[in-house]
Amino acid sequence: MSERTKILIVVAALIVLLIVMQFASSFVILLVTQALVFAILAMSLDILLGYTGLPSLGQAAYLGVGAYLTAILATKYGFGLGSSFWAVIVLGILLGAVTAAIFGLFAIRASGVYFLMITLALGQCVWGLAYRWNSLTGGDNGINMPGRPNFGIDLAHDMTFFYVVFGFFVAALAALYLLVKSPFGRSLVGIRESELRMRILGYNTWLHKYIAFIIAGAFGGLAGVLWAFLNGLVSPEDVILTTSVDALLMVVLGGPGTLVGGAIGAGVVVFLREYLSTLVEWWQYALGGVYVLTILYLPGGLMGIPERIRQRRALSAPAEQAKAVSVSQ
Amino acid sequence: MLRRLTTELPRSFTLGAVALGIGLASGPAGAEELRIGFLAPMTGIFAQVGKDMSNGFQMYLDEVGNDFAGAKVVFILEDGQGKPPVNVRKAEKLIRQDKVHMFIGGLLASTGYALAPVSTRLKTVYIPSVAAADDLTQRQASKYPYLMRTGWTSSQPNHPFGEWACAQGYKKIVTIGADYAFGYEVVGGFQKAFEDCGGKVIQKIWPPLGTKDFGPFIPTIKDDADAIFTLMVGPMSLQFPKQLAASGNKKPVLGGGTSYDEFVLPSMGDESIGHYSALQYSAALETPKNEAFVKKYREKYGKVPSYYSETNYTTAQMIHEIMKKTGGKWPGGEKFVQMLAGLKLDTVRGPVHFDELRNPVQNVYIRKVEKKKMFGFPDAELWNVVVKTYPDVGQFWKYGKDKFLKQPVYSRDFPPCKYCE
Repeated sequence: MSERTKILIVVAALIVLLIVMQFASSFVILLVTQALVFAILAMSLDILLGYTGLPSLGQAAYLGVGAYLTAILATKYGFGLGSSFWAVIVLGILLGAVTAAIFGLFAIRASGVYFLMITLALGQCVWGLAYRWNSLTGGDNGINMPGRPNFGIDLAHDMTFFYVVFGFFVAALAALYLLVKSPFGRSLVGIRESELRMRILGYNTWLHKYIAFIIAGAFGGLAGVLWAFLNGLVSPEDVILTTSVDALLMVVLGGPGTLVGGAIGAGVVVFLREYLSTLVEWWQYALGGVYVLTILYLPGGLMGIPERIRQRRALSAPAEQAKAVSVSQ
Repeated sequence: MLRRLTTELPRSFTLGAVALGIGLASGPAGAEELRIGFLAPMTGIFAQVGKDMSNGFQMYLDEVGNDFAGAKVVFILEDGQGKPPVNVRKAEKLIRQDKVHMFIGGLLASTGYALAPVSTRLKTVYIPSVAAADDLTQRQASKYPYLMRTGWTSSQPNHPFGEWACAQGYKKIVTIGADYAFGYEVVGGFQKAFEDCGGKVIQKIWPPLGTKDFGPFIPTIKDDADAIFTLMVGPMSLQFPKQLAASGNKKPVLGGGTSYDEFVLPSMGDESIGHYSALQYSAALETPKNEAFVKKYREKYGKVPSYYSETNYTTAQMIHEIMKKTGGKWPGGEKFVQMLAGLKLDTVRGPVHFDELRNPVQNVYIRKVEKKKMFGFPDAELWNVVVKTYPDVGQFWKYGKDKFLKQPVYSRDFPPCKYCE
């Protein structure tokens, strides 16, 4: 499939989503908005996991700093509830980037499972702060948001807020797509495939990874700002390890190194977690089963399905020919 | 057990969204239906408590055959997993998808604080039957016009308990309580009343919520204390008295109600005999109403009811009373809250009416753990035997509403520990 066809398919899927949403109930709108926010987080992680080969288990930290920043500004200073919403978005992105810049200094030295452990520990530090810094974060109670911004357009209306989040999602998708297609993105893939070779070729691989880490943090911060306004509650539970693991699984489920895969993974996980859980009590088994099956049979994630089908066909075609030949003999 | 799979498991999320949308188009609730959403932890460390909560409510519904004065009750249970954000998302689901008239429950105080704004935002009645966060019906009450509490505030039973501790002659007390909002409010209420009648709290220890090993905390308890005040929640309640006894403790032990609640009491050992606690309910309450309730509950669910069961049973009864007055018609959220606030009812826990901030005024029982036979059950078991009753206790105790509301909500730092060294 050419690159152009792929882009057309994604655009068509987004348009279909917009059309379907016109007929959706308010609960579905909420779920899809949640999925889109998580999709931004998952795509940011995909830059690390899928393109650079860095399995981070601390992505919730950036969601956390973005969300807490939003909540603290809104409750303590009443900031971000009017047109200053856009300023909060910028601040959230910056804070995510700054946090990642600090964490990156520790994390980028390591690779593989050591990288995983360091990011996990750093993520837990953010959780610890959220849980213990009572005067600022409200501790276990978290922070209740006073409401959604209103700058002429009232985001309290769920559909309006969906459009805003949808806009940010498309922007994030486009920006990250351009990033991975740029020479910089190519060199990230090069690092994933063989860091040593890239270094011998004269690339500063540490810097490349560090910048990728910061970019991922920035988009995590963006997701955090949207998450705070979406839920109306920022709680340490949002920053907990489970959120990081969820983000990682979304990417693995959808297909690492595809960007769109992370978004699809986010959709599936949010649907299973929020909707299936209201239908049956064994939803966690379903989620676990999906993960196990994906890892066993679809190492490329859901996005790997078309490729696999093509391989099957390619494999079976010569076999059939051979059969036909043997029959005719 | 409670939900039906109406749609085939869709293959993708988009498809699922479409199916959902269609499923919803079948129309909102009929006029004679009363749709009640219920949030309780069904998984995680608080699952047992969650079970007690839903069982209590369910038992009342079964007694009346899901019929509240002609309105058919549709009971929808959701698992909040004991996490505030999950509870918020499930509440959104109950309101948007199931179009419930009200939602009930939420276990932890933090969950109560998280759910209250949802009720205001989506204009749906919220009844925190368990979540006892003080400020919901105190300093923040005006923010939550759709909130109606049928349980208690955390500090409510502990004000009289503090006074009672003075009357026992205790002068110095060490507190050890779970490190979160509920713990602060229970310990704070006790400390305030105890120090107002001349006692001194000389040390406050805060183990994290869900602590499994109290080894690091118990040895730090000061020797010169006359007694220990504990506040344990969930599985902590079981662990603490065991480890305290193992450490050779000889001091009298007092506790917040949940430290010795019946959900955990049957699993406790004899080490907790003689410990005192205060709550608005005890399964050992010797009234005909309660005796019948305990017997019936035990027959049905195989265990003694806890306060979590009682408060939800009573909540169901209160809703039924209102529906009787309206002839089975839903009066609308605002009217419902107003009617419920005016209700006076003789319940399993005793007579209950409400104050102007929509919190119950009720008996508080000082209870002592004893091993005895009760209500004709064959074995000697641990019971919270009532030793003293404080009638008609409100959330402001003897301080008066205005004076009480002037002080900040009880927290880790309030009341300050003046006598700590």
